[in-house]
Amino acid sequence: MAGPNSFYGPLDPAPDAGYVDAPPRMGFFTDTSVCIGCKACEVACKEWNLVPDDGFNLLGTSYDNTGGLTANSWRHVAFIEQPAAGSGHGTDTPGAFAGMPTGPSASAHTAVVAAGTSQDTGTDPGVPAAPDALAAAATITAPGTQFLGMPGADLPGRTMDAPRSDFRWLMMSNVCKHCTHAGCLDVCPTGALFRTEFGTVVVQEDICNGCGYCIPACPYGVIDQRKDDGRAWKCTLCYDRIGDGLTPACAKACPTESIQYGELDELRSRAAHRLEKLHEQGVAEARLYGHDPNDGVGGDGAFFLLLDEPEVYGLPPDPVVTTRDLPDMWKRAGVAALAMAATIVVSFAGRRR
Amino acid sequence: MRPREERERPRDERLSPPPAGHEGSGLSRDAGGASRSARRGGKGRGRGDRSMVPPADFRSYYGRPIVKPPVWHYDIAAYLFTGGLAAGSSLLAAGGDATGRPALRRAGRITALGALTASTYFLINDLGRPERFVNMLRVAKPTSPMSMGTWILSAFGAAAGAAAVAEAAPILPERGVLGLARRLLPPVGTAGQYAAAAVAPALATYTAVLLADTATPSWHAAYPELPYVFAGSALASGAGVGLLAAPCDQAGPARRMAVCGAALELYGAHRVETTKGILSEPYRDGRPGRLLRAGRLLTAAGVAGAVLGRRSRVVSALSGLSLLTASLATRFGIFEGGVASAKDPKYTVVPQRERLAARAAEVAASDAKTTDVPEGSGSGGIGV
Ligand code: SF4
Ligand code: SF4
Repeated sequence: MAGPNSFYGPLDPAPDAGYVDAPPRMGFFTDTSVCIGCKACEVACKEWNLVPDDGFNLLGTSYDNTGGLTANSWRHVAFIEQPAAGSGHGTDTPGAFAGMPTGPSASAHTAVVAAGTSQDTGTDPGVPAAPDALAAAATITAPGTQFLGMPGADLPGRTMDAPRSDFRWLMMSNVCKHCTHAGCLDVCPTGALFRTEFGTVVVQEDICNGCGYCIPACPYGVIDQRKDDGRAWKCTLCYDRIGDGLTPACAKACPTESIQYGELDELRSRAAHRLEKLHEQGVAEARLYGHDPNDGVGGDGAFFLLLDEPEVYGLPPDPVVTTRDLPDMWKRAGVAALAMAATIVVSFAGRRR
Repeated sequence: MRPREERERPRDERLSPPPAGHEGSGLSRDAGGASRSARRGGKGRGRGDRSMVPPADFRSYYGRPIVKPPVWHYDIAAYLFTGGLAAGSSLLAAGGDATGRPALRRAGRITALGALTASTYFLINDLGRPERFVNMLRVAKPTSPMSMGTWILSAFGAAAGAAAVAEAAPILPERGVLGLARRLLPPVGTAGQYAAAAVAPALATYTAVLLADTATPSWHAAYPELPYVFAGSALASGAGVGLLAAPCDQAGPARRMAVCGAALELYGAHRVETTKGILSEPYRDGRPGRLLRAGRLLTAAGVAGAVLGRRSRVVSALSGLSLLTASLATRFGIFEGGVASAKDPKYTVVPQRERLAARAAEVAASDAKTTDVPEGSGSGGIGV
């Protein structure tokens, strides 16, 4: 039951939530270095969980037309195009792609349009627009390159001796992190969000009354509200499947095993091994994200291997569960409340006039 | 595929973080240079104030926000005001009753009930599933400020309701069942009034925790002082009711309440607007900034009027009105400032990056001092 680390710090969440004889904690390890961006996970999730459509957007920035995690998208494949010249990420071979388009597949113009408008995802806040369309557009245009249409139609390396392109694609299937210290769960006033015996975090849809508190409480911007039914929805880590010993739909559908499901302890050691191997192979920018039980949320139940800074994928670089500071917040509120009471006493104690 | 391509690059270059103004990563946003001047071209969507801010360089996913902005509508901003007003006026009523100032008692009790009713409406109306409001009452959860608030508001509501209803006693007939009520109501009302006053400080301050206990960057960062802002604002609005409703010879305590409340509120708001680094920005820019500045001016005017206009009924009433409007503006300013901070990835990424850099510097410093630093002491780096 509640222990010294119930608010913050390393913890096994299921026993802390009161489960006796809890099964091992289950989770996802998403290895983005093998993701091919096929979005099979997005589709499988929708199929299994009967998640409604999210508005069929054409966002215009990349092959990602989902935009982000919403109540209607519980897996989201982020798709990043990095014009690599000069960035330290590509080959920079002079003339390697002379005559080939090397810029991103979106023009600054489409980026402005895409950042400013988006089809209704049917959820709230859904995929919020970039706050500054023009600044977002400026991020698209690599200085000195010109938009010439789609990148080369052929696969890199198909032609013999073809030099490599000097941009790269990063793909990552994002999902609810099933945090050890889950802000959404902590603040839910109805108890609709609960901790399962597998250590995951699930919304009970018959309890949720749509108060919306969980939405700003999530440090990753995962959980979201469906407009037509008013309730909050997110990944359940296929609670109905894993209870029967099945693999969650997304991991089952992933053709490259980018999404791996299993006991968290085992996934963590597998990830460490994979990281070591990538570093050996010279992929020095590979890093794990959310694997560390000492991080601000006590470690994620769903963690990642990334190839760039987390914020490039739309992840917070150093998330901290908001309830870490809650005891201090209540203390401050208590002091302010006492100050109020004192004010009243002082105000009314004066002489009667 | 990817690995081979990477191997061709010198290792140190890959390891180094993207330099400031890092071009061509596709995802950095440099607020200087081209994008800055483009923004001035007039197509930027109403964020003109941003040009005063030093350029922040950070990377993001196509400029989109990371944390989700709250889905709460203006109902919740309005509730911040009405909840504080209910608390402030119930305190006014209790003080007035205890010191024999019937005008303060009556105005306080009736305003408290009115504000409470409005609060309940706002809170329920904001739910995605209003008919499921009662699900709030199936648990009491100290980790959820909203759950605590629901219980605080329920307790306050019962007590303040009884106090307000008791004000109707004198107009009831002297005989029969209603006559009995006429005799029973006043003591019940008095008990309710003091019970409500006991809960009121909690009602006025828990809302600060409600906002701060989120990942909304500028709300969370403001958590140490937000309770003072809200407590002060509640006191000032309660004082405003007293100044509006009571004749000059009974309004003395309301004036003192106004002074203390305003001092508390202005101190807190000043801290929130100046000491949170980049996270203070949303409280100074744009609409939230204008609202908070208006709140400050109106508070100052209200206090000045309350103190200097002691003998004038009209000046007192006007300062009361000014204090009430100030409280409303301040609440909306704080609410909107937080929402603005969640809508821009800058406010999520930059402070977290600074935190990581500070921690890395700390680790490096202690590494330099002593060699036996425990492995993985939270530098946020690579490795398990
Ligand atoms: S806080 Fe966010 S990421 Fe963590 S469990 Fe809740 S919804 Fe998922
Ligand atoms: S995670 Fe797997 S299924 Fe999903 S997009 Fe990547 S490769 Fe496809």
